[in-house]
Amino acid sequence: MSATDATAANLAAIQRATRFRLLPYLLSLPALLVCIGILIPFFTAAYYSTLRFRQNLPAMKGFIGWDNYKNFLFDSAFWNTVYISLLYTVLTVCIELLLGLGIAMLLRKPTRLHNFISIMLLLPLMTAPALAALMWKLMTNPNFGILSYFVSLLGFHDFKWASDPSTALFTVVLVDIWVYTPFIMILLLAGLRSLPQQPFEAASLDGVPASFVFFRITLPMLLPYIITAVLFRLLDSIQQFDIIYAMTQGGPGDKLLVFQVQAYLMFFQNTNVGKSAALLMVLWLITNILSNWFIKQWLLLRERAHGHA
Amino acid sequence: MDHTSPLERTLRGVALAVVVVFFMFPILWIFLMSLQTNETILRIPPSFVFAPTLSNYQALISGKLTSAAGTLDIAFMHNLWNSILLSTLSVCLALLLGVPAAYAFARFKFKLGEFIAMTLLSFRFAPPLLVLLPLSLLFQSLGLADTYGGLVWVYQLIALPLIIWIVRGYFEDISPDIEHAYRLAGHSWLSTFMNIAVPLARPGIAAAALLAFIFCWNNFVFALILASADKQPVTVGALAFVTASGIQYGQIAAAIVLSVTPTLLLALYAQRYLVEGLSMGAVKG
Repeated sequence: MSATDATAANLAAIQRATRFRLLPYLLSLPALLVCIGILIPFFTAAYYSTLRFRQNLPAMKGFIGWDNYKNFLFDSAFWNTVYISLLYTVLTVCIELLLGLGIAMLLRKPTRLHNFISIMLLLPLMTAPALAALMWKLMTNPNFGILSYFVSLLGFHDFKWASDPSTALFTVVLVDIWVYTPFIMILLLAGLRSLPQQPFEAASLDGVPASFVFFRITLPMLLPYIITAVLFRLLDSIQQFDIIYAMTQGGPGDKLLVFQVQAYLMFFQNTNVGKSAALLMVLWLITNILSNWFIKQWLLLRERAHGHA
Repeated sequence: MDHTSPLERTLRGVALAVVVVFFMFPILWIFLMSLQTNETILRIPPSFVFAPTLSNYQALISGKLTSAAGTLDIAFMHNLWNSILLSTLSVCLALLLGVPAAYAFARFKFKLGEFIAMTLLSFRFAPPLLVLLPLSLLFQSLGLADTYGGLVWVYQLIALPLIIWIVRGYFEDISPDIEHAYRLAGHSWLSTFMNIAVPLARPGIAAAALLAFIFCWNNFVFALILASADKQPVTVGALAFVTASGIQYGQIAAAIVLSVTPTLLLALYAQRYLVEGLSMGAVKG
């Protein structure tokens, strides 16, 4: 082999090595662009939140530091938003968890009927939440809605559903439950069916009561799945927009002004960009704390799963 | 192992029946409504038996809504077309960009990859409006609001992370040994990727594409904020239609049925992939 050949071979090897080292960067470039596409608007929003910035009063635009945030402290509308959002989140997640767990227990045995039902329950989850809200709006129409008719049979005449301040939250929570309970059900059903059988067989041989089996064996073993499902729902629920906006646009009054609906109205109706951005930053902070906790749990679970394997 | 008493079995049966009715009835009822004229819809008590009519669908498809008050033009079919176009293009682009990236994340350990993975993961739950409001100002100033391209680009924020997460999980489950052997046989990296890695991960890619399509189709807030009236998909279009037509309940129901049918059929057709994708997306991040 001549010297030039050796150099050429070396060169090719080096080139191949460099190309191989660059390859992952090249491949992930589009994902990086998406990250940038998220991060730039995010930092822009963070910057807006420190401005006095109203689109209808461009002359007043200026840096005001933390003032947008400080103003929230004594703003009853802000605390109303926090209260409604938390109430909505706690109600939907608790009810959906109980229902989802209950349905998963009912469908646990993989019979043909159970599998068929679990597939049918995918349908609400695959319905666009905004369209689901419109469906329920038709069904709860005070004039001809089938549900209004049903509750009138039960003696509730003039039940106004989403247009009555006292039942508006109940109505949107109901739609949320209809759409998202199947999500929890699917995850928990997958979890239930993947649990090892021995503890249950042993308990059944020993004649252990069903409630003991459920609380001492099933629930603890299902916990990783429950944590995952609840956190997913928690983070989605506190940011709910579609269902509420499509149903009532935040009304009646300020009854359903959750974070994102309030921020949307602030931005597009009051054209108050600064305040809207500050409100979203507060929501971001809440979700970030929750999701960091979630990522930690997720990494723990992953480690544990890999440890067992 | 089954010691259930007849009473318990009956209770379980009743509970299951209630569950099925609660989750299925709204879909069934809206479908029935879409086959009725306003006259039968407004009847009290509500009618389960009626002469079905396709007039609502005909009105939507022809785009002409004739009522006693006159004729109203409705662009609902255009919304449907927008949904098909936006979701399909977005998923195709996301697959083109996301599958190689997922492969890179699964096969190579590199700093940038971890940064991207962490950013996408931590923004998985950031409020969409936080990103959308500044983007809306940008869209206005760049004139992107009236283009499909701008929307398809922004829809990558929905589709791409989903595809990367799910497909990466699949690549990680495939042993790299087969690829190494193929490469040692003198094949290029690209041909290894195309002929070995991608075919092996096909179930994962299908699941991810399906979920991404459904999520794009069902998305509401992106188009509500960024799209001009001419480019709006069905989710936004249906709401606008409700506001505009007011009392044409039969047509509203028909519009909802047309809007949800594609995703529901897809979900039924590929439910196995779907459940797998959902659990992967949830449990693996």
